[in-house]
Amino acid sequence: MRIWDLHCHLSGVPGLTPEERMGALLRYADRMGIERLCVYMGMKWSQDPTPDDLTKQNGEALRAITKHPDRTFGFVYLSAKHVEHSLAELEKHVANGPMVGVKLWVAKRCDDPQIDPIIKRAAELKAVIFQHTWFKTNGNYAGESTPDDLVALAKRFPDVPMICGHTGGTWQLGIRAIRNQKNLFADLAGSDPTAGITEMAVRELGAGRVIYGSDGGGRSFASQLAKVHGAEISDEVKQKIFCDNLRGLMLPILNAKGVKA
Amino acid sequence: MTRRAFLGCSTAATMLAAASANEPEGIIDCNVTIGQWPFRYLAGQETSGLPAFCQRLKSKGVTQGWAASSEGIFYPDIARANELLHERFVEYSARLLIPVGSINPSLPAWRDDLGRCKDKHEMKIIRLHPNFHGYKLDDPVFTELLSAATEAKLLVQITAQMEDERTQHPLMRVPPVDLKPLGDVIKRVPGARVMVLNANASMIATALRGVDVSVDIAMLEGVGGIENILATWPLERLVFGSHAPLFYWEAAKLKLQESELSTGQLAAITHGNAAALIGVGTSH
Repeated sequence: MRIWDLHCHLSGVPGLTPEERMGALLRYADRMGIERLCVYMGMKWSQDPTPDDLTKQNGEALRAITKHPDRTFGFVYLSAKHVEHSLAELEKHVANGPMVGVKLWVAKRCDDPQIDPIIKRAAELKAVIFQHTWFKTNGNYAGESTPDDLVALAKRFPDVPMICGHTGGTWQLGIRAIRNQKNLFADLAGSDPTAGITEMAVRELGAGRVIYGSDGGGRSFASQLAKVHGAEISDEVKQKIFCDNLRGLMLPILNAKGVKA
Repeated sequence: MTRRAFLGCSTAATMLAAASANEPEGIIDCNVTIGQWPFRYLAGQETSGLPAFCQRLKSKGVTQGWAASSEGIFYPDIARANELLHERFVEYSARLLIPVGSINPSLPAWRDDLGRCKDKHEMKIIRLHPNFHGYKLDDPVFTELLSAATEAKLLVQITAQMEDERTQHPLMRVPPVDLKPLGDVIKRVPGARVMVLNANASMIATALRGVDVSVDIAMLEGVGGIENILATWPLERLVFGSHAPLFYWEAAKLKLQESELSTGQLAAITHGNAAALIGVGTSH
């Protein structure tokens, strides 16, 4: 079974440099049979990054993937609070660099139309768009999007596929929130391996809209892989979730860049 | 590693079978909870589904599961919860599951419940949920309970948390147990045998540091979580616990593969340490 991991950071593993941390992540990935890792952020967390923070984080991610081009994909970290700088980073790392996706985190909620130029340009470049989301019982950060916020964004770009990071964490709510917005995909990463998440996602969204990710190294690859390995679904559906769905989203940009994967 | 090499090793069956081959004694799963959870559907938790649930655990390499009931968390009539658990296991679990009694020392007559667990149901283990039952570990009643359980030669499991606070039902927000007082209490109860379930790495590294308890691996997160914790935590006090069926059982199993562990370490974690705690073999 091919496994691509949608959601990894340069955190939770030893190493002083991005290259060392990437190497450490890959050693664990090897043990677990994971072929490719999508990587963004994590040398030092910055929830509300300045333009300089974005530049630094993306430079670190670039260093991490440059050494392992056959095992890694880079996503550029952007912020709707700094649209002009984000567009410049997008040009630098995706249009004119090796990265293939966009990571949006918690600086500003994604229902704000201020984010639209970033989404528009990312879509032109066929970049994979990943938006962190949570429904936290104890309250989201001020700039932290919910799946409902992402639905509002997705309605403005109905032809652009986007990934609902963490499926909102509280996944029984997150899956329902994105169910009718067909351009949204569910990322299984970064919550406890609570039984039923994958079965419900497949039941409500269809097997083609569910994607495996780990949120490693802060999360265990093991606990997140178990959401698919342990689910009561067919091997054919597991293969879609582990690799085929993400690969399908990535193929347009990979083909445009001449990357075989 | 080449893609061809990946394709040769990455199927779930291959991975899980490879891990099983390193555990010839089988697995004692110290952290199972039988019954439905009020806030989401758990497959196979109807009483009629228990044989199939046990069969699934067996097929994964489990030779013994220490199982309490979700009713034991929620019923004020906790005696009935323990009775039900005992009845179900006698009839349906094919001796795979060992019943773990639930005790709530904030209820009237909790000492009767403790006596019934030991004498009527012949239980060897009790499980506590201080955060659901409304007491703290530095409340005198916890020391009383630990003393009584120790006198009765019972192993005491304390569940630090059942689920991530961020995902709890808004009308039932239950913070994790504050484990910091535990070390002082245990010092006052010679001979106490205590296991903490669902502690995360932060709890183990801070509140439980230097405390004479065992912990399970169910909520150890981070890549290489087991090898990381073993850098500072004694091997003989780490046991296999899955938190099934609330968690996918495979999460705990795959953690054994993610960390680089010797045959001796694997045997201790999956079997030896737990067996030594209750002084019995598994039912194979």
